[in-house]
Amino acid sequence: MLLDPADLQAIWLTVRLAAIVTVILLLVGTPVAWWLARTHSWAKGPLGAMVALPLVLPPSVLGFYLLLAMGPNGPLGWLTTKLGVGPLPFTFWGLVLASVFYSLPFMVQPLQNSFEAIGERPLQVAATLGASPLNAFFTVALPLAKPGFLTASIMTFAHTVGEFGVVLMIGGNIPGVTRVASVQIYDHVEALEYGQAHRLAAVMLIFSFLVLLGMYAWKPRPQKG
Amino acid sequence: MKTVVTFMLMAGLSLCLTISASAADLHLAVAANFTAPMEQLKPLFEKTTGHKLIISYGTVGKFYAQIKNGAPFELLISADDETPIRLEKDGLALPETRFTYAIGKLMLWSTKPGLVDAKGEVLKQAEFKRLAIASPKLAVYGAAGVEVMKKLGVYEQLQSKLVFGENISQTYQFVATANADLGFVALSQIYKNGRYAAGSHWQVPASLYPQIRQDAVLLTRGKDNPAGRALLTFLKAQETKKIIRSYGYDI
Repeated sequence: MLLDPADLQAIWLTVRLAAIVTVILLLVGTPVAWWLARTHSWAKGPLGAMVALPLVLPPSVLGFYLLLAMGPNGPLGWLTTKLGVGPLPFTFWGLVLASVFYSLPFMVQPLQNSFEAIGERPLQVAATLGASPLNAFFTVALPLAKPGFLTASIMTFAHTVGEFGVVLMIGGNIPGVTRVASVQIYDHVEALEYGQAHRLAAVMLIFSFLVLLGMYAWKPRPQKG
Repeated sequence: MKTVVTFMLMAGLSLCLTISASAADLHLAVAANFTAPMEQLKPLFEKTTGHKLIISYGTVGKFYAQIKNGAPFELLISADDETPIRLEKDGLALPETRFTYAIGKLMLWSTKPGLVDAKGEVLKQAEFKRLAIASPKLAVYGAAGVEVMKKLGVYEQLQSKLVFGENISQTYQFVATANADLGFVALSQIYKNGRYAAGSHWQVPASLYPQIRQDAVLLTRGKDNPAGRALLTFLKAQETKKIIRSYGYDI
């Protein structure tokens, strides 16, 4: 066997985490991106900056704040305890929440770009033909922004797979719960198990390359609106 | 008058040159559990010798990988004795320089007063949610903690409650932020001059885990650096040992 069961478990956990985060961010990120693309409000700047923060913040900063905020003495921890869930650090859903913050710009920014590229015109035309704003969004904007959705989803998924620093800060390295592939590789390296580290690292490398290759090779022609 | 000034300038200049020639920079890798004492020792060493220490703190496994791959470390202050021995075998450390600078002690600690009792019964009752421990694969203090739980016959029962710190510092942080109810930490992290950090603790009896011998060794890269030998001598001095002991280590 190329990979031992612990490695396979880490890969499966990573894939599950990335998939769930991508779905959540599709639901959360789409309205945010739509609003950012359409609004003329003063709040556009501050909100856009907040969305982009995880791009520039070191993961250790994000992980540190999340650990304090989600801990029993933090505001998020207080909330989750009140809701009967308990504090989130060291849990799978804690990782999901952290990754949603961490990968937010990778979903919102490509979507925002593709929404902006559509421009006002197709939606105005839809409106004159009697489509409600919601109807126009689903029948006109969504199909036109399809390439943007694809790019955003792939980037979000891949970026979550590549997450390391935040997981290290709040994960607690629990097998099957928070020990994702990147942490597993780190463990192998630190324990001098270079053979296992190599094999798992190769899997990650090939995966990442194939994802990016797929994204760059598949260049949809911009659809005319 | 002019000659006197010139002479003084010359003298001053040559003095500066002598100092800069004998004072050296030393890059050293230090195990995470020794962070607090090292921070106290650093200015003392620098003041008495004129050398300068450039310190990296972290896990010994990572240091080993980095040293094997050409990291600029000249001296290793390890958390175990295995890694220095392994580096000797690899020809990356000088065997005759290795010595035990401290013997580490394991503590069970919680920030909650009254949670940890004086006999460690808390482990058997297991009325807590999460127990933090350093990764046993990577850190000697983690391996020691696992050994303790096995000896007490509670390891199987507690396994689902364990959260793993990447090193002993992160383990401490999990407990200190109350994200874990209690955890196995190094005595040096919660003890200074006879006082323990707030909360409750149990000093694990030495009979429950293998002795944690912490060795220091000069690396081949630091062979010709005068600061390397100077630091080894400094670590063996009685005054230094007194400071190391004040953090709860034996030596």
